[in-house]
Amino acid sequence: MSATVDAPRVAVQVIPPADSRAKLRERAFEAALIFALLISLAMLIALFIDVFTKGLPGLSPEFVTDKASAFPANAGIATSLLGTLWLMVVCIVFIVPIGLASAVYLEEYGTDYADQRTWTGRMIGRFNTFVEVNIQNLAAVPSIVYGILGLAFLVRGPLDLGKIILAGGLTLGLLVLPVVIIAGREALRAVPSSIREGSMALGATKWQTIWRQVLPAAVPGVATGVILALSRAIGETAPLLLLGAATFNTQNPSGIFSAISALPLQINTWISAPGADFQALAASAIIVLLVVLVLMNSVAIYLRNRYEQKW
Amino acid sequence: MIDIERDPQTADEKAGGETPFRGMGETASMDTAQAQAPEVTETVREVIFDVKELQVTYPNASAPAVDKISFEMGKNEITALIGPSGCGKSTMLRCLNRMNDLIVGTNVTGQILYHGEDLYGPNVDAVQVRKRIGMVFQKPNPFPKSIYENIAFGPRIIGMEGDMDQIVETALRRGALWDEVKDRLKDNAFGMSGGQQQRLCIARCLAVAPDVILMDEPCSALDPISTGKIEDLMIELKQDYSIVIVTHNMQQAARISDKTAFFVVSLDENDNRTGTVVEFDDTEKIFTNPADERTEAYVTGKMG
Repeated sequence: MSATVDAPRVAVQVIPPADSRAKLRERAFEAALIFALLISLAMLIALFIDVFTKGLPGLSPEFVTDKASAFPANAGIATSLLGTLWLMVVCIVFIVPIGLASAVYLEEYGTDYADQRTWTGRMIGRFNTFVEVNIQNLAAVPSIVYGILGLAFLVRGPLDLGKIILAGGLTLGLLVLPVVIIAGREALRAVPSSIREGSMALGATKWQTIWRQVLPAAVPGVATGVILALSRAIGETAPLLLLGAATFNTQNPSGIFSAISALPLQINTWISAPGADFQALAASAIIVLLVVLVLMNSVAIYLRNRYEQKW
Repeated sequence: MIDIERDPQTADEKAGGETPFRGMGETASMDTAQAQAPEVTETVREVIFDVKELQVTYPNASAPAVDKISFEMGKNEITALIGPSGCGKSTMLRCLNRMNDLIVGTNVTGQILYHGEDLYGPNVDAVQVRKRIGMVFQKPNPFPKSIYENIAFGPRIIGMEGDMDQIVETALRRGALWDEVKDRLKDNAFGMSGGQQQRLCIARCLAVAPDVILMDEPCSALDPISTGKIEDLMIELKQDYSIVIVTHNMQQAARISDKTAFFVVSLDENDNRTGTVVEFDDTEKIFTNPADERTEAYVTGKMG
């Protein structure tokens, strides 16, 4: 016969004391991370201070509504701002359907036709892989290369459009198209396959499923991607310079067939002009460009938070 | 009880080539077929699905996922597919409305006769099959739209005639959901509880007026109360539809099904899993007096 008796409760140190050196290493690591973050932040703040001290005094409603002028006192950004808007219109009309269609093919159809058991399927599979790899590569190609492309094929060459906004917008569109395709694919991939199955199980065709269920569910992601692509396009200068856009243009553009003008081009012109007056104009124009960029990114963030579907 | 293979009208359909999947005229011909069919008495069992030697192999798999599966499912019956995980119950189920077609390269051999017509026949379109044979999934998968739009989607895409409000109301009533949602039809379906979402998915499936409803573990993500509601609903739906349900819950199979197929999984030398049916019979017999000792071990909880 045995009985259970509680052991006497004596305090024993089981947990070892803190390792002060390990704690120090942890702190040091954290500090290094914050330092790395501060470097990029400091650069941004320095840019802001520089631009705002030089540019803020020159900002006025007239600065936005005045045309370009050889005299700093009369000069404004109306021409280049309108040009930028028209460029973005061309760009968006070009990249949304083409980018989305490419993304839908690669994400929804590409794998279907790549049936490894048949010869044609294997060829299509190889083609799809080739396209996918090259889209990733295209997204990393320097923008000036797209300028050369635009000059050779759009401004001159086969299409021979001349130095018009249509050609400029298409060049910028080609430049950001990979970004749109990649963002579109991610947005489509985020729609769970259970939605596709649910739709197909009701007797919907693949097309009906994509058009009426998958694409509407992917709209917030696609819209975010398109806006981020546009905010890259809006700041591009090099490809437009290469297309041969006039650096001094006092004629407000009236449509896509007008001569190219753009805000970053105007900034480039003013910065390279002699005299502090022009430097101040450039700084003011940079502020306007920054405001437009912040607005666009805010819309993207708003869309993402407002319409994003939690699955 | 006399079981007959299929009623004479279905046999005529097969002979005359008048089959359920011939495009838009289909609904009309089916209605006439049902109207002319001899009155079904309790002793006549009409076969909906006749599965013969079914074998399914997924792409890049070295062994079939299911093999040598043969059994029949009757009209207005609930057929339960039970068995341990990974034994191919869902694979089997997804063959019945050709959802496996969505996985490119899946190889299906053997035959599934649906009302006597080969479901995988050369002239059969999988999209038309799915209009007649609906499916409810394991995890509720409402569309990210309003409750109303969730129901209306199916009828719209198949071009159903009639007042959409009425169609939606009827489907929600049949899905035992109307009273709970009638005041918030415009709300997003994601705001519903899991059990409501699953009943919405059932109602969505009923809205396109299918002939058969396939259910892939419809209650596995739900609490006991929601499960009870869906089980009651299934017994009610049995009057008008034929139901095939995959379930892990043996009590559920015992409670609601008329026939049960017991699946087991066997491993080959490379550990590839292949499922097959060891026993198919009346549910009561499977649970009280099974013929195969493996079935007995499973239903009594000694295995699986």
